[in-house]
This record gives sequence, structure tokens and C-alpha cells, in this order.
Amino acid sequence: MTAIVQIANVEKVYDGGFAALKGVTLDIEEGEILALLGPNGAGKTTLISTICGITLPSTGSIRVGGHDVVHDFRGARALVGLVPQEVTLEPFETVWSTVRFSRGLFGKAKDDALIEKILRQLSLWDKKDTAIRALSGGMKRRVMIAKALSHEPRVLFLDEPTAGVDVELRRDMWEIVAGLKADGVTIILTTHYIEEAEAIADRVGVINNGQLLLVEEKAALMTRMGQKHLRIDLQSRIGAVPDALAGFDLELADEGAALVYRYDTRAERTGIASLMTAMSAAGLVLRDLQTSQNSLEDIFVGLVHKTEDAA
Amino acid sequence: MNWQAVKSIYCFEMARFFRTLMQSFISPVISTSLYFVVFGAAIGSRIEQVEGVSYGAFIVPGLIMLSVITQSISNASFGIYFPKFIGTIYELLSAPINFLEIVMGYVGAAATKALFIGLVILGTAALFVDLSIQHPVAMLVFLVLTCLSFSLLGFIIGIWAGNFEQLQLVPLLVVTPLVFLGGSFYSISMLPEAWQTVALFNPVVYLISGFRWAFFGMADVPIGLSLMAIALFTGLCLGAIWWIFRTGWKIRT
Ligand SMILES: Nc1ncnc2c1ncn2[C@@H]1O[C@H](COP(=O)(O)OP(=O)(O)OP(=O)(O)O)[C@@H](O)[C@H]1O
Ligand SMILES: [Mg+2]
Repeated sequence: MTAIVQIANVEKVYDGGFAALKGVTLDIEEGEILALLGPNGAGKTTLISTICGITLPSTGSIRVGGHDVVHDFRGARALVGLVPQEVTLEPFETVWSTVRFSRGLFGKAKDDALIEKILRQLSLWDKKDTAIRALSGGMKRRVMIAKALSHEPRVLFLDEPTAGVDVELRRDMWEIVAGLKADGVTIILTTHYIEEAEAIADRVGVINNGQLLLVEEKAALMTRMGQKHLRIDLQSRIGAVPDALAGFDLELADEGAALVYRYDTRAERTGIASLMTAMSAAGLVLRDLQTSQNSLEDIFVGLVHKTEDAA
Repeated sequence: MNWQAVKSIYCFEMARFFRTLMQSFISPVISTSLYFVVFGAAIGSRIEQVEGVSYGAFIVPGLIMLSVITQSISNASFGIYFPKFIGTIYELLSAPINFLEIVMGYVGAAATKALFIGLVILGTAALFVDLSIQHPVAMLVFLVLTCLSFSLLGFIIGIWAGNFEQLQLVPLLVVTPLVFLGGSFYSISMLPEAWQTVALFNPVVYLISGFRWAFFGMADVPIGLSLMAIALFTGLCLGAIWWIFRTGWKIRT
């Protein structure tokens, strides 16, 4: 199956000469939820803007549903819904007319029943005749989401949908996202909350400095995260891992002053007990023990720092 | 063509207008009445007739043109500048529509509003003076073309403007003087000879002259020339729009 969004070698150089995207290649599969993580200024919004037609790519190509976003923009954009990072709405319009306008703009025939359903889902129905300027910030964000859903997109971009949002809206939002996913809608979201990415994404991508550092199945990441490290400080230094311990996943650390054992907490046996037995049999005396766990955050921070050091 | 989108933009813009309908209706009525009091009564009592037409009636076409031109420009420039300013333009850029559809929606709405105001002024004027329109079809054609072409110009200004000052700049520095000096309130033939020649370089003269011809059958410049002038101006604006469309100037970075 071909990916619903195909991004190939996309670079974006802004007018001032700043390169915000430096060759991004990414395939997004139909029906998946992809979370994009990255520090401020990484290029997340730029990537989304380039896919949605708000800016043009400097080089490279992007296809949505097989339609090139530049040459066949109608075909591509008809599939895409966007909830931008910034809330921008016409202050004097009502919720109802604003959301209805969005549907018309995408060339879809009037469907008041659908718009009612969306507004109810987002707890906006009793505000439908209220002017936007009389809404709270969180409600405005809901209106932004309603606008994007009003034209039934197949691919939905949520650019930091949960920034400055209360628990309730966040819950509503994830409920809606789950519902959309069940309908086969592809969802791409950016977030600074790693737990959020962990909780709902199928895949996670990390962007920094305009480069995609990693895209991985969340399951694979979880496995990495599920791994724990047991650090064993030794009484005296050793030159190499003794042959008797070859069966264990061990690494030498601190120039032979310590051993690091990698194990899976979710496995039936961690192997720690047999490692201890084998160690004393090999005549190694231990001084201290320490365990640690990888988190998605560690991976993220580690990746970001590594590229920053290299730059 | 995404007609649904054109219709949506048009209706959305018109809804804004209808919400303030009283305002849109009352202000031209009041300003027209004031013009009649000041120009018609005060000056008219001294001039009485211009080329066989009472001065009160004589200024009606110019008065309509004056309002229609300024309204077209301000409606259309504001209509597209506002989404740019508050950021809602993201939606126009991400929708499956092209620039020409955006133009049709915004310019169509701006022109409709200006046409409405022109007709309100005409109606108000009819209460003050005897008006007989000799060429009603030509009158309407001139009116509609003026609404459309100046709305196009306004749209271009709205796209170009980077701030509110620039939005006011062209109307204030270029259009208003041209319209006032374009023979709204006098016949070009009333000017000293040298100024008559200068006036012929003012495109608005041709518009007002042609429009006045439709009312009274008399004109400062031949009617064919007026028609050519408005056609040329509309053509220029369309050309500029086409160029913006091709190059994406100031719209998409
Ligand atoms: N219109 C623009 N002109 C010039 N530079 C820009 C423009 N928009 C963004 N940039 C720059 O491009 C880089 C990437 O910005 P972008 O908004 O894509 O980051 P982001 O990953 O979305 O960050 P955040 O998490 O803060 O939203 C930044 O350095 C930013 O300053
Ligand atoms: Mg961003």
C-alpha cells in the first residue's frame, strides 16, 4: 500500500535565507497516528505548512493521496484538514457561520446535520450563535478543531493541539482523535508532551534543526524503553568480561570498574539472579548496584543533543 | 472551478454587510443629503444650470461615482487585508481553491456592496431633484463596471498592503484627488483651458463623463472614449491580478 502522505527530500528556505527544513523524507501511512516531537524552532510547523499549502517547498516533493501538493493542489488539499498552532478567528462572526464557511471553502455541499454533530462533540453546540470574541481561549481552540473537521478530511494535522488546554478539552480531543482513527483518518500531531505521544501515537518522529532524526513505531520505542540497565560496580577492575559470563548481555564500563547488564523488565525472567550466581562463581566481588530505565524523553533529549553537538 | 468556495466567500462577506445593513444604508443617505444641502442649495443657487441641466441634477452622477469608487476600494482592500492581518488567511491558503476563486468571492462581494450604495444614493438623489435617465442600460453598465474595476484595484491594494497605513495610502493620495478633480461637481468645460488639457490625463474624468452622458446625454469627452477608458482600466486591473496569480506575489512564501 502506498503511503497517504509522501514527503521526499523536502527543503524549505525562508525568504531571509534561513533553512527551516533540510531534506526531510517521510512516508505517512493511511490510518496511522504520527506524533512529531522536537524543540521550539525545530521545523515542525514549517513541515506542516509546506504539506498544507501555506508555504511552498523550496525543493523536493510532497504528495497527499497521490496528488502533488503544488501541481495538483486541489486534489491534495481536498483531503487535508489543518488545526494550526495559533488560534486565528474572525472575532465578530458566530461559531456557526465560521464553521460553516470552512466547509464551503473546501467545496463541500452544505451539511448542517454534520456541523451540528461536530459542534456537539466539541461541546460548542450551546455556543453556536455566540460571536467568537465572546468565547474563552479553550473554546476558540475547539472552534479551530471544528473548522478543520467540518470538511471531513482524510488527513488531519494538529499542530500542538493541547498547548494551554484544560484537562477536559484534552480528554475530548483524544476521544475525537480515537473516533477519527476508527474512521480511518490519518492524524499527524505535534506536541511537546512526550507522555501524550506515548499515549496515542502509533509512530513517533523526532525533528531538530530542520532534520528528521528518527521515525519509529511506538511499540519498538516502548521495547527500548522497557529495557533497564543494571550497573554493577566492582571491587577491582577487570580487563574484559570473563568467559564464564559470555551468556549474559554485558558491557564493560568505567574502564573495567563496572559492568552494565541490559535486561527486559517485561520478560518472564530478568536473569539477574543467575547473573549474580555466575558472577560470584567467576570470583567477581561487587561493591554497589544501580538500575536505570530509558524513557522516550531520554531518547528524545539524547538525540537532540547529539545533533546539536555535531552541528 | 470550486464554485462552492466562491459562493461561500461571497456569502460570508455579504453576511458581514447585512449585519450592519442599517449603517450601510443610512450613511450614504445622510451624506448624499448633505451634499445636496451644501452643493445643490448653496452653490446651485448661484450656478443654476450646467449645459441645460439643473446643477442639483448635474452633480448626481459625480456624487454616485465618488461614493462607488471609494466604497469599492475600501470594501475590497479591507476584505482581503483583514484575513491577512488577523491570520485567518491560513484557511484560504490551505483550501482547495485557486487565486481567481478568491478574487471572485472577495471582489464580487465588494462590488455588490458598492453597487448597493450607488443605488441608494441614486434613490436618495431622486427625492431632491428631478432625474430622468436617458440611457438606463448604459448607466447600469457604467455603474457595474466601475464597481468591479475599482474593487479589483482595492483587492490588489489589500494584497500589497503590509500595514494599515499602506492600506489607506493609495486611496488617500491617489484615488480621492483624482475623483475630486475628475469633474464630480463641475463640467471640465468650466475649467480654464490649460487645466482642461491636464484634466484629460485623469482617467476618472472619462468615467464620470460617460456616466453623466448616460443620465443627460451630454459629456465632456466622447462616449466611445469613456467606454474605452473603463475597459482599459478594467483590463489593467485584471492583468495585474493575473500577474499576481502567476507569481504568487505577496501571498504564499
Ligand atoms: N515565515 C518565516 N520566515 C522566516 N523564518 C521562519 C518563518 N517561519 C518560521 N521560521 C523559522 O523557521 C524555524 C522553524 O520554525 P517552526 O515554526 O517550523 O518551528 P516549530 O518546530 O514549529 O517550533 P515550535 O515548537 O516553537 O512551534 C524557526 O527557526 C523559525 O524562526
Ligand atoms: Mg510550531
